Amino acid sequence: MTDPAAFPVSRLRPSDLLRVGAANLRVRRLRVLLASLGIAIGIATVLAVVGVSSSGQADLLRRLDELGTNLLTVKAGQTLLGKDAKLPAESVAMVGRISSVYAVAATGDLTMGVYRTDRIPADQTRGISVRAAGLTLLTTVQGEVAAGRWFTAATERHPTVVLGDLAAARLGVRAPGGTVWLGGRRFTVLGVLKPVPLAPGIDRAALVGWTAARDLLGFDGHPTTLYERSTPEEVEAVRAVLPRTVNPEHPEEVTVSRPSDALAARAAASGAFTGLLLGLGAVALLVGGVGVANTMVVSVLERRGEIGLRRALGATRGHIRLQFLTESLLLSGLGGLAGLVLGAAVTSGYALAGGFPTVLPFWAVGGGLAATLVIGSLAGLYPAVRAARLSPTVALGAT
Amino acid sequence: MTTPIVCLENVVKTYPGGVCALRGVNLEIHRGELLAVVGPSGSGKSTLLHMMGALDRPTSGRVLLAGHDVAALPDRRLSGLRASLIGFVFQRFHLAAGVPALDNVADGMLYAGVPLRERRERAAAALERVGLGGRVTHRPHELSGGEQQRVAVARAVARRPLVLYADEPTGNLDSVAGAEVLDVLRDLHADGTTIVIITHEQEVAAAAGRQVRVHDGHIVADVPGGGP
Repeated sequence: MTDPAAFPVSRLRPSDLLRVGAANLRVRRLRVLLASLGIAIGIATVLAVVGVSSSGQADLLRRLDELGTNLLTVKAGQTLLGKDAKLPAESVAMVGRISSVYAVAATGDLTMGVYRTDRIPADQTRGISVRAAGLTLLTTVQGEVAAGRWFTAATERHPTVVLGDLAAARLGVRAPGGTVWLGGRRFTVLGVLKPVPLAPGIDRAALVGWTAARDLLGFDGHPTTLYERSTPEEVEAVRAVLPRTVNPEHPEEVTVSRPSDALAARAAASGAFTGLLLGLGAVALLVGGVGVANTMVVSVLERRGEIGLRRALGATRGHIRLQFLTESLLLSGLGGLAGLVLGAAVTSGYALAGGFPTVLPFWAVGGGLAATLVIGSLAGLYPAVRAARLSPTVALGAT
Repeated sequence: MTTPIVCLENVVKTYPGGVCALRGVNLEIHRGELLAVVGPSGSGKSTLLHMMGALDRPTSGRVLLAGHDVAALPDRRLSGLRASLIGFVFQRFHLAAGVPALDNVADGMLYAGVPLRERRERAAAALERVGLGGRVTHRPHELSGGEQQRVAVARAVARRPLVLYADEPTGNLDSVAGAEVLDVLRDLHADGTTIVIITHEQEVAAAAGRQVRVHDGHIVADVPGGGP
C-alpha cells in the first residue's frame, strides 16, 4: 500500500529556504541590527587590527626595500681597557679595496658642540654631535638634502656645515645660508639633510668637511664610523672580513652592524602588540555570538505558533532545523559583512592618513568570514534543534 | 462504496501523565463530504483532529490517510502527507505578520516543492476563490478578522488538499464574519472539496451535512444530515 515511489514527500527548495530564513529578519529589523552588531564590532576590530599592523609592516618593508639591506656600519668600538677606540686613518681605503664593496664613507667624531651663537653656554650641546664627514657619505647612506647642498671638493675645505634633520631642528635652522657657532668660530650652514633611516646617528649630527675638520678643528683623521655598501649577495662575506680589514691590529675592538636588521626587527615587532588587540576582537566576536544565540532562543520561544503552522503545512523537523540555522547564519553573516566593511574602512583610512599602502591580508578576511559562519552555526544549532523538537500539536496549541 | 480518504480504526490516544483523550474511535470520511465534529471542550475533538491530520500518532489503533498508516510512518513521511494531502485552518488564523496576503497563501505550498512563480499564481487564484481578489497585497493587520480567516482558508485550499480541516474556524470571529467564512467553506464544498469542521458551536455544526458528536473520547453520535 505504501509504495515508496508514489509516496508524497515534503520538499523545500534551497532558494525557498533562503527566503524563509531571510523573511523573519526582514520583519524584525531593529533586533537584527542589535544582534548582529556584536559580531560586526568583533570582525571589524580583528580586521582593523590586522589590517593596520599589516599596512604599517608593509610600509616598513617597502621602505626597507628602497633603502636596501646591503649597508653595513662599522664602529670603532672600545679597547680592551674600556677606552674609545679609533679606526686607522687608512681604513676607508682598505675597505674600498674589498672587491664587492662599491661604496664606502666615514665619519669621525669631534669632541665639541655646535651652537646657534657664541652666547650659548658650552654645556648646552642639545645632544648634537659634531662629525667630520667624507664626501661619499651622502651617497653611501642614501641620504637626501632637504635644503641647500652637500659638500663638494671645494666647500669641504671651508668652514661650512651640513646639518642632520634633528640637529637642524634643535638649532632652529631650517634653511641654509645662516651661521652656527662651532669650535670657536662661525660656520656657514651649507645644507640640511632629510632623515636618514639607516644611519640615525647622522640625523643628530652637524657634519663638517673632512679637510676643514682637520685644518680648522684639529681632527686627527681617524674615522669613528664607517659606512659601506656591497653587492647584496656578498653582504655576509664582507661582514666576516670587515673587522680585520678595518683594524688589522685589533679586529676585536670593531663592531659591525647591519642597520636594516633593526628596521626588519621593528617590522616584525609591530605585529607583536596586535596579539592583545586581536584577543579583544575575539572576545567581541564571542559576545556577538552569544547575542545571536540569545536572539535565536528568544525567537524560537516567540514563534512556536509559526513553527506549528509550518509543521502543519508539511515542514519536516529537518526543514525547521534548517530554517533556524539559516536565520542564525544570515544574522551572523550580516554582522560579519558589516564588520568586514567597517574594518576595511578603518584600515584604508589609517593607511591613507599615514601614506601607507593598504594591506588587508587574505587570511584575515577569509578567517573573519569563516569565524562568522562558525559562530552562526554554533549559535543557531541549539535553538534550531529545540525548534525542530517541538511537537506540531504543542506548537499549535501555544499562545 | 469508495475507499474512505480518512479511516480511523479503534483509535486510542493516551497522553503522558495518563490523560486518555480518545478511547477507541472509529470513523470514516469519504471524498466530497462536509462533516462537522462537535463536542464540548475537553471532549477529545482536538486530539481527533491531530490524529486525522497526521499531526500526531495514536497510542493504539490505526489511522489511514489515503491508505497510508500514520502510526507506522517516520516524521519525514508524516510531513510529506501533510504537505500534499491535508489543508488546515486554525482558530487563530496563523498568518505571518507583515507579509502580503498573496505570499501568506503562497507559503502554504512551500513544503510541497512548488516553484515560487506557480505558488503565486495558484495563490492568486485561491484568493479570488474566497472573494479576496482585491486584497492580494494587503498585510494581515490591514484585513478584518473574517478576511484574515478567508486568507487562511485560501492558503489551505490553494494546494488542492485531499481534505481540509477547519479547527474552530469561527471561534475568533463575530457572527457576521463567521457566517462569511462558513459561506466560503460551503462554496468550496460545493466545488468538491472534502471539509471537516471541528467546533463546539451547534450553529456552526448545523451548517455541515454530517455531524459527528464526540464526548469523553468517544463518538456518541454520527448523524448523516440532509446537508445545507
